[in-house]
Amino acid sequence: MNLPRWPGAAVVAVLLLLTLGTLAAVLWRADSFSGLGRADWAAVRFTVIQAFVSALLSVGFAIPVARALSRRRFIGRGLLITLLGAPFILPVIVAVFGLLAVFGRNGLLNEALQWLGLSKVSIYGFSGVVLAHVFFNLPLAVRMILQGWLAIPAERFRLAASLGAPVGVLLERPMLRAVLPGAFLSIFLICLTSFAVALTLGGGPKATTVELAIYQAVRLDFALDRAALLAAVQFGLTIVAATVSFWIALPEGFGSGLDREITRWDGQKAWQKIVDFGFITLAVLFLILPLMMVILRGVAGLSDLPSSVWPAIGRSLAVALTSTALCLLASLVLALRGGRAVNVASALPLAASSLVVGTGLFVLVQPWMNPAKAALPVTIVMNALMALPFALRVIEPAVNKAEADYARLSDMLGLKGWARVRIVILPRIRRPFGFGAGLAAALSMGDLGVIALFATEKQQTLPLLMYQLLGSYRNDAAAGAALVLLGLSLALFWLFDRGGRVDADA
Amino acid sequence: MFRLTSGCWQCWLRCESEPVEPEPVKTGGGKVIRYALGPHPFGAWSKIMKNYLYHVAGLCLVATGAMADTPVLNVYTYDGFDSDWGPGPQIEAAFEETCACDLQWVAAGDGAAVLSRLRLEGDNTDADVVLGLDTNLVAAARETGLFAATDVSAEYDLPVAWEDDTFVPFDWGYFAFVANKDVEAPADFRELADSDLKIIIEDPRSSTPGLGLLMWVKAAYGDEAADIWADLADNIVTVTPGWSEAYGLFLDGESDAVLSYTTSPAYHVIAEEDDSKTSWSFAEGNYMQVEVAAKVASTDTPELADQFLAFLVTDAAQSIIPTTNWMFPAVTPETGLPEGFGDLTQPTEALLLSAEDAAAAAAPAIEEWRDALAQ
Repeated sequence: MNLPRWPGAAVVAVLLLLTLGTLAAVLWRADSFSGLGRADWAAVRFTVIQAFVSALLSVGFAIPVARALSRRRFIGRGLLITLLGAPFILPVIVAVFGLLAVFGRNGLLNEALQWLGLSKVSIYGFSGVVLAHVFFNLPLAVRMILQGWLAIPAERFRLAASLGAPVGVLLERPMLRAVLPGAFLSIFLICLTSFAVALTLGGGPKATTVELAIYQAVRLDFALDRAALLAAVQFGLTIVAATVSFWIALPEGFGSGLDREITRWDGQKAWQKIVDFGFITLAVLFLILPLMMVILRGVAGLSDLPSSVWPAIGRSLAVALTSTALCLLASLVLALRGGRAVNVASALPLAASSLVVGTGLFVLVQPWMNPAKAALPVTIVMNALMALPFALRVIEPAVNKAEADYARLSDMLGLKGWARVRIVILPRIRRPFGFGAGLAAALSMGDLGVIALFATEKQQTLPLLMYQLLGSYRNDAAAGAALVLLGLSLALFWLFDRGGRVDADA
Repeated sequence: MFRLTSGCWQCWLRCESEPVEPEPVKTGGGKVIRYALGPHPFGAWSKIMKNYLYHVAGLCLVATGAMADTPVLNVYTYDGFDSDWGPGPQIEAAFEETCACDLQWVAAGDGAAVLSRLRLEGDNTDADVVLGLDTNLVAAARETGLFAATDVSAEYDLPVAWEDDTFVPFDWGYFAFVANKDVEAPADFRELADSDLKIIIEDPRSSTPGLGLLMWVKAAYGDEAADIWADLADNIVTVTPGWSEAYGLFLDGESDAVLSYTTSPAYHVIAEEDDSKTSWSFAEGNYMQVEVAAKVASTDTPELADQFLAFLVTDAAQSIIPTTNWMFPAVTPETGLPEGFGDLTQPTEALLLSAEDAAAAAAPAIEEWRDALAQ
């Protein structure tokens, strides 16, 4: 393409500075070194155990749901599969609010239990953290496993049916063996670095994740050494898990088919249908009920919203749009550059502790300005960084395809450099670009991370406002804020995704 | 210097910048960039983004003298102090009557978070005064070297002698478990630990009452503190980040008692005419909390900061404290204590570790506590 090499190199350098440089900055500013205490190791243990159980439950429950979705046809099936993508862009704090409305102290479940004369259950601590993680990751697991089912060529099912061979043993079990480890490890990795869930549902010495321990070390003790050490531990855990997942990934062995629509002859007995639809109903209830509660309570709570919600909305939108622009620019530059350095650098944000990155940025700007006032710019950079791996994964294949399809033609026409990017590449990657922008904007809109460290009223974003309303027991106002936040996140995603599709012939 | 100001959504992106040196003559208000956004918030996105990027890039160069006439005193404090029902608004109004200045509260979380924020900001902080640290944080605060000595002093009505050239006490109280009167009160921590009573406590890492409880057990039991915590573990319903969460849960009926102050029942009597609450006096004694304020060394208005600290121990401020912060005033006002403060539980003994002892005990005590409860 004859593009200059420096933009890609510059972005990689910035990524390294943000992920590793900030860690060094935090260590450098620490005024004492005490090492990690027993409670810190308890946080590490809790993190690994909850991530393991969350991943196990998500995948375990996803298998029957995915099987049901793969072998049943019903009205709304397509819509349901689309909806399974929604939790990814759902603000964590909104989901937590919805879960509390269903499973919390005064939630639907406990009211039902009380009505039945049973004792109440509490979802704070371990069970709450796992519940929220399953809520977020079950849909992801279902989609990943469903992909596996749908990737088995229709001819194999036909053959199995004509031979009277058991589908489960011959087709499904090898498929699951290939798909499950990847799904399990992806979810394990996501749960490993979780912060907002632990902040809202965990807490206390028994239910502290590494990221939450980092938050407490910085915000309460200003123990930067401990924060940096914990971040290093988190890096280590993530890298080990990522290496394992790379190692045990199996190639698919079904060969290709003729892309016929899959018809199933097995599993048509009445009880099997009942079981399948039972699982689908359970999953739908589990995913939809909390969101319904957000909407129901939110509508009632809109009138209780404090006036500070307006500036918070303004700030959140400005943060989301700016960080989306940064994220897309960086993703595009990296996708055009390609290569191994890009792959490694773009995976680093997944392992980094967002709180330590944020603290590192604060430490770096301190000599020049009051760092607490940089909370919003730091949040913008953080959000762009955290969305980058996802945006890049969406955009890079499209860029590669555009090059593969049109490189020779472009070369013949003498179309080079940025002109080629503008004329050939950009129009061809519009859809993934819009999708990536939607992801980045929604993730940033709902982010409750580094902003929770030192922001005051003048830097309050909408998720932070909602967290503080919840903390001060203003549940009605928090419900209103949850609805506004939900609406804005989905609207941003929809607008960008839509923007990428308008007039795009596909 | 630039900052985002909030207030209404139309003017949330006002660009404000103060001149580095005060201009000799003021001819009225300075310029304020303000984008009127019209009826639709989404109508003027390009303007918002442009303005926003100016802020981010630090390009906002237009000076305004609007605020330069009245000196501003920035006081960092904990969230509850500057709430609508806390002492903040009344103290602000009373002080501004006397100082020809603009007092601005910056609520920065709990007591410990306020100190962390100051440490992060270092000498680039905006704070002129920090209000709301307590005796357990004083040594750590002193060690940062971020605070300056002051001449302010008064005839304090504290149960302990107070001599400190930097930290000015403004109120105090006894920690105690608050419960309904119909619950039988345990005589001490051991009896509480052996009972089936359910309690809610605060996290010592984020909340000053939480840390106070640790110091209490430490002061009363020394090396046996860890055993007490291990025995108490099954009485603790939950550990909340702050006092207000804990008290809210207790009022919701989630526990028999909550860690608070002996003065808390006065709130129910005075504000709600409800005398069903009491607090427990323990045989070991009850631990004290003294809340202090101090001048920040890097302040650009040291005289004003001193003036504020001096005001804080006058009757004008001290008479606001009891019925807003629900603590004992550091200097009893001439009018005496409000009614309802007279009938409060009187501890058998006042426990308080010195700032140095408390600082030395804090980290190991927190480790011990986390260990006992993380099991």
